[in-house]
Amino acid sequence: MQSNAQLEYDYSVVKLFTFATILFGIIGMTIGVIIAFQLAFPELSNLAGEYGTFSRLRPLHTNGVAFGFTLSGIFATWYYVGQRTLKMSLKESKFLMRVAKLHFWLYFITILLAVVTLISGYTTSKEYAELEWPLDLLVVVWWVLWGVAMFGMIGMRRERAIYVSIWYYMSSFLAIAMLYIFNNMEVPTIFWSGDAPSSIMHSISMYSGTNDALVQWWYGHNAVAFVFTTPIIGIIYYFLPKESGQPVFSYKLSVLAFWGLMFVYLWAGGHHLLYSTVPDWMQTMGSAMSVVLILPSWGSAINMLLTMKGEWQQLQTSPLIKFMILASTFYMLSTIEGPIQAIKSVNAIAHFTDWIPGHVHDGTLGWVGFMIIAGLYHMAPRMYKREIYSKKLMDTQFWLQTTGIVLYFTSMWIAGITQGMMWRAYDDYGSLLYSFIDTVEVLHPYYTLRGIGGLFYLTGFFMFAFNMYKTATSGRVLDKEPANASPMA
Amino acid sequence: MFHWLEQRPFFFAVMLFLTVAFAGFIEIIPDFAKASQPVVGKKPSTILQLAGRQVYIKDSCNACHSQLIRPFKAETDRYGMYSLSGEYAYDRPFLWGSKRTGPDLHRVGNYRTTEWHENHMMDPAAVVPGSIMPKYPHMFTNLADIATAYANASTQKAVFGTPYDQKGMPKLGTWKEAKAQALADAKKIASEMKNQQVKDMVAAGKVPEIVALIAYLNSLK
Repeated sequence: MQSNAQLEYDYSVVKLFTFATILFGIIGMTIGVIIAFQLAFPELSNLAGEYGTFSRLRPLHTNGVAFGFTLSGIFATWYYVGQRTLKMSLKESKFLMRVAKLHFWLYFITILLAVVTLISGYTTSKEYAELEWPLDLLVVVWWVLWGVAMFGMIGMRRERAIYVSIWYYMSSFLAIAMLYIFNNMEVPTIFWSGDAPSSIMHSISMYSGTNDALVQWWYGHNAVAFVFTTPIIGIIYYFLPKESGQPVFSYKLSVLAFWGLMFVYLWAGGHHLLYSTVPDWMQTMGSAMSVVLILPSWGSAINMLLTMKGEWQQLQTSPLIKFMILASTFYMLSTIEGPIQAIKSVNAIAHFTDWIPGHVHDGTLGWVGFMIIAGLYHMAPRMYKREIYSKKLMDTQFWLQTTGIVLYFTSMWIAGITQGMMWRAYDDYGSLLYSFIDTVEVLHPYYTLRGIGGLFYLTGFFMFAFNMYKTATSGRVLDKEPANASPMA
Repeated sequence: MFHWLEQRPFFFAVMLFLTVAFAGFIEIIPDFAKASQPVVGKKPSTILQLAGRQVYIKDSCNACHSQLIRPFKAETDRYGMYSLSGEYAYDRPFLWGSKRTGPDLHRVGNYRTTEWHENHMMDPAAVVPGSIMPKYPHMFTNLADIATAYANASTQKAVFGTPYDQKGMPKLGTWKEAKAQALADAKKIASEMKNQQVKDMVAAGKVPEIVALIAYLNSLK
């Protein structure tokens, strides 16, 4: 770490992406809270005509938080962690600097266009791949730009071996490139419209029916893997050791968990299609491999927890460490919950119910959200050269958001299992016991609780945005860069 | 070996890619030829039905409704015969959904009528007390995109060999013919509806979204 003194890192792109993370976080999560309350109070679905219904807003929420908030967070931390662990500065290359800036602006414009097109009803309907073909082309361009920046930076490195975090960012780049392209293979219909005045935005999938479902969930599950999991592991591998001043517990465990995860993850996509018309062997493989997935997932999580060995008192003194440790714990929770849901007999009850969004959210709110928030907090004093504005606010945010997550997943667990059991309940005469609407009405209290949980989390996110803004503008100026624990007032 | 790889990012990336991609190729390639054979008697959608399917997609009905009946007694009792792969052969994209905030719709055409849908889409809770589904009054005024539905079907025929214009299959023809056929189909649906505004629009040669959507929902059997 001696050469750090001579090398001056460039944070202009990091700052842009940090801004985008906060902006898209606010938009995506606000829409999330709105649609959560729409399920509890359906009148809320009809306040803005066709543009305010649950069904129009839902893709906006998922795309907003996954490709707005999370991706921005990944890119922000990449340009920070990348420069530092590779020991190079973007200042050293005009070309890479331009690529990185272009990466940001094209990305930013795409997300804004995504908001406009999705709310207008331009969607392919495939989950997390809703964007229509012109936007898909834009996505490919800035994804390639990210790759150019990544491998360019790696090419200029002074550190011979690439650090664990870089492995994970690299995996995210490569896997998403493959998955995104194959799942979004679509044919624009305008070219075969004859003299019919058809829409230029419309396209149909290259695959049909069962095949389309197969490709979609091969993508859908692994978008989760390579957007919500691997880059976030990359983030924790850098920021937890840095913030705590502790070396990573085990190199061997890092290697094992990394290659294990890479090998197993794609197999698991089949668990989204249990009892569907996809061939049985694929369903069984999906189910079995999902259980195997516990090993590499817990490998990383345990490696992180053991990194704190002998230093657990830091949990009392630093809310930032609390964010990261709880994130890691939520990662363990959701990676044991997922495999349980992937067991065929459990899936028969859980599939199509609210237990699934419950599972997604203990992962995204607890693991992804917390790690990105923690990473940005750690970066703030280094890039703005100021002390974090308020430790107390950060601590309040932590507890408020944690309460929010617990309300969210507990209510959805109960809702999901209740619903799953009611759908299959029979009376003594062998008739279905409940009509569908009974299984909807019973969920009202849980939908309300979930909305409140979401509101807590969103409020915490506003505190985060405020704390970051104050740090950047009026935190106490630091005369030198902090080595480990981030200074906070 | 790992130390060696970590110092050579290029080989690292290649190894990484192969490790990740491996599962996908084994899972996806063998099934592709087989799974897309249609079941006997399966016909591709008419233009009006396709326009309705586009409305279904535009308003993300699939966010809350599945079209996949699993082979359990509790599901076949509730929704009808479990779904078969060949029934989806012409579906681009597939619309299985992943969440049942509302009930499955794969065979909704067997047990709901035009009139039921008309009332339900205008105000779901009036038909099903306790329903949390949004109202969709805009579908009664927005026009269905018949031209894009025609382009959709032509693309399916030209690129994927979907059997339009064959004996016993829906006719596509030229845009002019297709438009006339879609309007004739729309008139049939509108005659079963009671909303005067919709009837007037169809009589004037315009097809509101609701008419196309009902044509599509009625075709789900």
